[in-house]
Amino acid sequence: MSQQDAGPGANEPADAPESPGGAKHAPEGAEAVANGAPPKGEDVVTSVLNAVLEGSSAVVTFLAIVTAVIIGGLLIAFTSPTVLHAWSHLFSAPGAAFSRAWDVASSAYSAMFEGAIFNPHTVSAAFHGGSIAAIFNPLSETAVNATPLILAGLAVALAFRAGMFNIGATGQFIGGAMIAGWIGFAVHLPMIIHVVVAVIGGFVGGSIVGGFVGNLKARTGAHEVIVTIMLNYVMEFLLLYLLGLTVFRAAGSANPITPPVATNATLPHLAGASLRINAGFLLALAAAMAVAWLLNRTTVGFELRTVGANPSAARAAGMSPERTWVIVMLICGGLAGLAGASVVLGTDFALTPQIYGAYGINAITVALLGRAKPGGVVLAALLYGSLDAGSVTMQAQTQIPVDIATVIQALIVLFVAAPPFIREIYHLRGRRGREGGQVLAKGWSS
Amino acid sequence: MTAIAVVGPRRATFDRQRAIAGIFVMLGLVDIFVFGLLADKGDAVFTFTLTGAAVNVPNLSLAPGPVSEGLGALSIVLGFVYAGLSLSKIPQRLVGIAVTLAFVVSFLCWSDAGRVPLPFTSLMQSTMLASIPLVLGALSGCLCERSGVINIAIEGQLLLGAFAGAVIASSFGSLWLGLFSGSVAGGLLAILLGVFAIRYMVDQIILGVVLNVFASGLTGYLYDQALVPYQNRLNSPNTFNSVKIPVLGDIPIIGPILFDSTIFLYITYAAVALVHIGLFKTRWGLRVRAVGEHPTAADTVGIKVLFTRYRNVILGGLLAGIGGASLTIGSVGSFGKDISSGQGYIALAAMIFGRWTPLGATGAALLFGFSVACANVLGTIGAPIPSDFLLMLPYVATIIAVAGFVGRSRAPKADGQPYIKS
Repeated sequence: MSQQDAGPGANEPADAPESPGGAKHAPEGAEAVANGAPPKGEDVVTSVLNAVLEGSSAVVTFLAIVTAVIIGGLLIAFTSPTVLHAWSHLFSAPGAAFSRAWDVASSAYSAMFEGAIFNPHTVSAAFHGGSIAAIFNPLSETAVNATPLILAGLAVALAFRAGMFNIGATGQFIGGAMIAGWIGFAVHLPMIIHVVVAVIGGFVGGSIVGGFVGNLKARTGAHEVIVTIMLNYVMEFLLLYLLGLTVFRAAGSANPITPPVATNATLPHLAGASLRINAGFLLALAAAMAVAWLLNRTTVGFELRTVGANPSAARAAGMSPERTWVIVMLICGGLAGLAGASVVLGTDFALTPQIYGAYGINAITVALLGRAKPGGVVLAALLYGSLDAGSVTMQAQTQIPVDIATVIQALIVLFVAAPPFIREIYHLRGRRGREGGQVLAKGWSS
Repeated sequence: MTAIAVVGPRRATFDRQRAIAGIFVMLGLVDIFVFGLLADKGDAVFTFTLTGAAVNVPNLSLAPGPVSEGLGALSIVLGFVYAGLSLSKIPQRLVGIAVTLAFVVSFLCWSDAGRVPLPFTSLMQSTMLASIPLVLGALSGCLCERSGVINIAIEGQLLLGAFAGAVIASSFGSLWLGLFSGSVAGGLLAILLGVFAIRYMVDQIILGVVLNVFASGLTGYLYDQALVPYQNRLNSPNTFNSVKIPVLGDIPIIGPILFDSTIFLYITYAAVALVHIGLFKTRWGLRVRAVGEHPTAADTVGIKVLFTRYRNVILGGLLAGIGGASLTIGSVGSFGKDISSGQGYIALAAMIFGRWTPLGATGAALLFGFSVACANVLGTIGAPIPSDFLLMLPYVATIIAVAGFVGRSRAPKADGQPYIKS
């Protein structure tokens, strides 16, 4: 899609007459029309304007986020008891209802911001003898929440690029967490070596689960979406079963929880013990770089992208899609397994029945939001991590349930996946030619 | 699309008939060597009479050894028959059902050997109860996918149905209104699915997953925000009472299982019949299937492709919504976070296991419901199998099915592909 609008876009008149309806309704559109055909010196401006008006992918992503945040705000405002109370007096005091709604939503979002990015109170507290680390706590929390999302998101994104849907990050995450956790609490090794072995164990654990999917697809043609969904649940119950065994049960504990992982096996803190940010974050960034390198600089990556683009052509060119599927799923599983390791060795320090959380499912949305590119995945995971971190603070400060973050995340992806929808509500012109998302729709049978 | 469809001259060219026969033989061997020889000492006792039943059915006492071994031997023979003779379709299915039944009976004998009597009738009752959302969800899947729209959002439809059913029934004090709104809530999510899949051509697998996350987030949010503080007003619906069908409900064993339940079970019967007849015996169904298999051809002969898809997706949502409502106002009596707990995905599995047919999906859903019920009931009698493995069963079975062991699991050809009129 980039070939179409890279260069020529700037040379075309900004207000193409055949622009389908929308543009003339939009205020931004009107400005552009008023500008008329710009002189050549303003090429950059025009191309930016064009990008905005056509709804380039960056613009659509931005608008999708804005729209989701607005809808989330409306949801907060219209479900808050105080606001609903104010609405019941709408006719006697119409202003109160609106101002109350605004107050509730804005206080929720500002609490979210304070929990995810920066809280001004911590600065003034630091001047009065508070801890300086507290200033960076929100960012640390965002990074901590983003770490497994980056790793699992890469697992989904890499599979996307090879034309596969990896819905199974949850199962692979569990596989990784199981082995990493077991190595962490049951094996005794010296410093550094222990954590390295445990992390590798996480990769292997995820690889086993992912490799199974790839093998099954290559050998029998079983659709990976179905297999991965089913494996998620198989792994969840396997985890439950293991936690019921005495081998996996902390001594004297009535709850299904393993003994804590040894100190040697934990991922070291990056900024002192008071901040949760740990080496897992660096691991995630390194993994993103490794995936980028793999995709763009290696033969495997080339084959992978070719198979993803057109398996028949890949086969005709002498590549083996089956082999690629297996390799890709091994790597993807390993990445999701690393996510599991990062949680069990970095933040939770023990296996619990709910350790997989929503990481595996959010990984899909992160990969999509990041347009299946390693850099994009990192950014998307940071956004989601900040929403997760912020929503915890929001709930503590304003009693608004954390689940609003899930709603916003789902809406962002829904809108990002539907550029025509965003263009329609914002009256953007849209690109000429048929829309093809970065992931083409395909059915079960392929 | 054709380019992708021809990919993969599948390496698996194993003989399906023999593979299935092999599975039958293996199940027979498990019957004999695990359920027969490894059973604990003592008989397995099944009770059939519920308290207060009119007719008293005597308890059945089986010795696990001989019974399981006999049934295992039968399964092995049937496996060889299956491999040796080229049976036509119906005998093939009968053999399959017989082997499955033999496996289930020996399994139950093995689980209960030497333990407290197993209440068979109530086990089957909870099977039916557990199957209702699975069957309705699977039918929703059939309706959508036969028209060419992949429906992974069953989970979300169940969840919204459960939520709306509980809240509306509780706040208006009318269970029927709750049932109706549960259905509508499922339909609303289906409209989202339809609009984004058909109009905006979003990838339907992603769409389904996202809608499930959305439904989970939305209901979770509203639960904490509204239902927890106003538990009495918003989340305390009654549940439907059982309605016993005259005459049929008095038949021993079968009556209490099939004809003495809430309205949801009867709706499910009707839905299965309607969807099956509708899809396979009427012109309506022929058109739906044409749209799902070859939309261009359907369009050429004047069938409205997009309209058919919208209609089927919404119909499916309405059904799944009822299934969701059964989770709250059918049994539990209140909504809890993520109350559907993956049942939408089991329903999806049932639909695939049942090869995209309403009857097959229903059969699979019953089997899966049975394994869920077993997990609950067998845990209480201290059966020698961990309940986690029973709960795993539907998913493992589906993986085996899609790996090609159980017949040809083929989706409708245009399933998941947006239709663009050219």
